[in-house]
Amino acid sequence: MCLAVPGKVISIDESNPELKMAKVNFNGVMKNVCVQWLPDLMIGEYVLVHVGFALNKIDEKEALETIQILKEMGDLENNEESEIT
Amino acid sequence: MKYIDEFRNAELIGNLVKKLLQVTTQNWKIMEVCGGQTHTILKYNLEELLPKKISLIHGPGCPVCVTPLEFIDKAIALAEQSDIILTSFGDMLRVPGSKSDLLNVKAQGGDVRMIYSTLDAIKIAEENQNKEVVFFGVGFETTAPANAMAVYEAQRRNLKNFSVLCSHVLVPPAIEALLSSSEVSIQGFLAAGHVCTVMGYEQYIPLAEKYKIPIVITGFEPVDILNGVLLSVIQLESGKYEVENQYKRVVTKEGNVQAKKLLDEIFEVTDRKWRGIGTIPNSGYKLRDRYSAFDAELKFNLKNIEVEESKICIAGKVLQGLKKPFECSAFGKECSPEHPLGAPMVSTEGACAAYFHYSKRN
Ligand code: SF4
Repeated sequence: MCLAVPGKVISIDESNPELKMAKVNFNGVMKNVCVQWLPDLMIGEYVLVHVGFALNKIDEKEALETIQILKEMGDLENNEESEIT
Repeated sequence: MKYIDEFRNAELIGNLVKKLLQVTTQNWKIMEVCGGQTHTILKYNLEELLPKKISLIHGPGCPVCVTPLEFIDKAIALAEQSDIILTSFGDMLRVPGSKSDLLNVKAQGGDVRMIYSTLDAIKIAEENQNKEVVFFGVGFETTAPANAMAVYEAQRRNLKNFSVLCSHVLVPPAIEALLSSSEVSIQGFLAAGHVCTVMGYEQYIPLAEKYKIPIVITGFEPVDILNGVLLSVIQLESGKYEVENQYKRVVTKEGNVQAKKLLDEIFEVTDRKWRGIGTIPNSGYKLRDRYSAFDAELKFNLKNIEVEESKICIAGKVLQGLKKPFECSAFGKECSPEHPLGAPMVSTEGACAAYFHYSKRN
């Protein structure tokens, strides 16, 4: 039920100020998504979508940082191992 | 796909598994609250990758599962009326009520429609002014804003033929109920990332303090879940109990302020009954009085229906993490996804169905 999927914003329709909509690309599948709760959304950004509503933008910097930390975890490990041998 | 593949990456999973083996010295029980996370854990067999000392307990975070049977019966009673179009998300249509389910009502001529977004229900109401359109909506804080938006739009468009049958449940009071129960022994929580995307995580800080338990806001991909477990274990091993955010790419401390504003406009907090668990104080949303014209229970004067649950089903114990699905004598025998006796077998996010699909017995 709480499934939410990332997608890329292709266009934004602000003609109705109470119901801002966007075309979102989910790996080739286009859907109309309500983006009313993301006032500063821009084309090209990624959003996390649940039942037709964008819950938030996906922060690229934070995503890369998480991945970087987890990558380094392995590098440290390998260095330690090579020092021992 | 971007933001999915990276978080299923084998190298990162390997790093996390190694690190977990290094830091774990004691036995720890950690509960993942959300059914979506349970699904990922079973699908990727993550329990196999964890050190033996760590056990994952599957929590009550499947809104389909915890929706009371009598509520499903109410939806069925509405769908059976010839002047009503009943709309809902796909997973609600299969949930068995005490005698039938919504797909069955549809097969017998009822107008039951599966929708993708709550705005579809609004559209259906606009196009069918001679009929009543009811949206059957359950869900946690993740889904509640979408339902709130439907009510808000119905009001704005002055739709008189739209109403919602809604039973929303809230995560923090359920966590508190589990923590204050003497039967349940959990030492760490992975909180549901998508609930927190909307709500933020301020509400969890007093819980972590009061019950001296680490709460890690966690995403839904395998890397996220292992990372959430690792952060919990690091805290547990060093005697810490803080709220930590693993899912920083979408969760902020304050959550989505606009969505929260809308929730507050439409709903107020109320006591809710959770199937298998019982009534938890202040654990749900109901429509505020000024939106009561959109409340299907009032509009159609639905009587309280008394129902009996299956005697052999131990869903309540499963939902609280006290028993694993395969410890139920009916699991995979009288009870299967084709013929579910209890709700955790119905939704793919329910613990029983997840165990059944990925046939995991240990
Ligand atoms: S296996 Fe079926 S009967 Fe047993 S607890 Fe799960 S839903 Fe209930």
